[in-house]
Amino acid sequence: MNSKVKAAAVVKDNLQNFFFVLPAFVIFCIFYIYPFLNMIFLSFQEWRGIGPMHFIGLQNYKELMGDHLWWDSMAHSGYITLIALTFQNALAFALALACDREIRLKRFYRVVFFIPPVLSEVVVGLIWNWILNPQLQNGQHIGLLNHLLFISGFPQMVHNWLGDPQTALTTIAIVHSWKGFGWGFIMLLAGLQTIDKQLYEAARVDGANAWRTFTNVTIPMMLPVILVVMILTILGSMQVFVLILSMVNEGLVNHTDVPVTRIWSSMSSTNRFGYACAEAVIFGGILVGISFITKRLSDRVKQA
Amino acid sequence: MKANKYVFWGMIKSTCIHVFLMTIALTCLFPIFWMVRCAFMSNETVFVDKAFIPHHLNFGNFAAAWTKGNFAVYFLNSVIYTVCVVTGIVLISSLAAFSFSRLKFPGRDIIFYMFVAAMMIPLPGFFVALFVLMNKLHLVNTRFGYILCMINVGLSMSILLLKTFFDKMPRDLEDAARIDGCGKIGVWWHVALPLARPAIAVIVIFNSLNVWNEYILATLLLGDSQLMPLQRGIMVFQGANSTDYPLLMAGLTMAAVPIILIYLFMQKHIVKGLSSGAVVG
Repeated sequence: MNSKVKAAAVVKDNLQNFFFVLPAFVIFCIFYIYPFLNMIFLSFQEWRGIGPMHFIGLQNYKELMGDHLWWDSMAHSGYITLIALTFQNALAFALALACDREIRLKRFYRVVFFIPPVLSEVVVGLIWNWILNPQLQNGQHIGLLNHLLFISGFPQMVHNWLGDPQTALTTIAIVHSWKGFGWGFIMLLAGLQTIDKQLYEAARVDGANAWRTFTNVTIPMMLPVILVVMILTILGSMQVFVLILSMVNEGLVNHTDVPVTRIWSSMSSTNRFGYACAEAVIFGGILVGISFITKRLSDRVKQA
Repeated sequence: MKANKYVFWGMIKSTCIHVFLMTIALTCLFPIFWMVRCAFMSNETVFVDKAFIPHHLNFGNFAAAWTKGNFAVYFLNSVIYTVCVVTGIVLISSLAAFSFSRLKFPGRDIIFYMFVAAMMIPLPGFFVALFVLMNKLHLVNTRFGYILCMINVGLSMSILLLKTFFDKMPRDLEDAARIDGCGKIGVWWHVALPLARPAIAVIVIFNSLNVWNEYILATLLLGDSQLMPLQRGIMVFQGANSTDYPLLMAGLTMAAVPIILIYLFMQKHIVKGLSSGAVVG
């Protein structure tokens, strides 16, 4: 009798405790788990969004393997990621090193560098679209950049930056870096400030110059933070989408396609939901692979 | 003499550093300044007058965008979505994190790791399946549907952050509250939530930024212009008035300024949140 009452009390207690998690659990199952499984299921179907579905096995994936527009788009986002990894992160690291000392206006710099990241991609894209405007009116350049190039004596540099396939991707990548370097800067600066100043002191006593101190103290101590920044940069840059949409607004064109714009147009312009899901599965798999490899790398670094 | 040389080189060095930092800072600020500047011009002068401070200021664009451009509706919608989503995330995630950290039930750890794993897996093309689901549930073109989706987006990270915070929190106060007759809900509301204020500040800021700036789901789920948030509205507006740059810049300014102001007021918390994220890894 007594044990029964006790057992009932335990069950009631467990249920009560579970009720705390219930809202999160329900939302998570409906809006995350179900669409996730459904995405994999749909990737094996031929489906136009409405009407009957046809199971076609791996047909979508086979088509995807030979879809050169898709692999081009993958190369484009790889290119943007490469620029973000090198140019953007080098800039962020240089700024963090410059700020990691007693310096006037330090707070000002820290506040200002994080303003572009708080703006939305739509706002950033449209501002830069306006600055990079290639048009002429009454012999005057409308866009600020071309105007400045013209009046400062570089008329041969005036260019349709976003319209020319040669420069469009690089321009987008640079604007993306402009928007994104503040994240890396804040995280790297925080990492630098956790390094024990006595290590620098010891290196100096041992006769190490600035460069030796940098390669033998700063870099090894910062490696975990650098890896976190790198993985966030890769994931963020591979998925850049809204920025491209708002910068290249005269319809999406092939030379600025990235995987997410491919998925978007498979879904909304050609209504091929199954194919869009197959693209999403492949792309998601690649991203998971990248983060997994980087995670393994960072674990190894932490052990060493 | 030698000391002088050191001082001299030190000054050169610090000047170089300041020039470098200042250049980048100006590069950050100038496009934003240019946006605000162009918002004060008219369609006739914007193509001609290239002075930094325009010769004729025109204040009409903001009013025009607010009424003609439908920005009043977009702005209000953005405020509604941000407030509802962030409130929802704070309540739901703190309840769950409190239970994960303090209460026991079978399967607790499995469910927790599920949330963590969800955060690790990036889902770029997820919106296709989400749209199919929302269509099935008849939640397309409803405020409620969009709010639920956005709550889901922010949930994992918030739960993880709050659980780590609760784990480190001393239990004495909770025990005291329990002795005073507080139930579990009472402990959560009267003790855990107030103590977790620093963590909640971080959650509020990052999720507000995220909801205010969100575009993809808003485009997918909200086709009715009466329901659109700002980011979506700006793109619609831009499509309709693609040559009226001063008006567009006024709209962009109205979308950007609130978030910049919130950031300036709360930037200490942002730095703290990012720094702890970087160090924890």
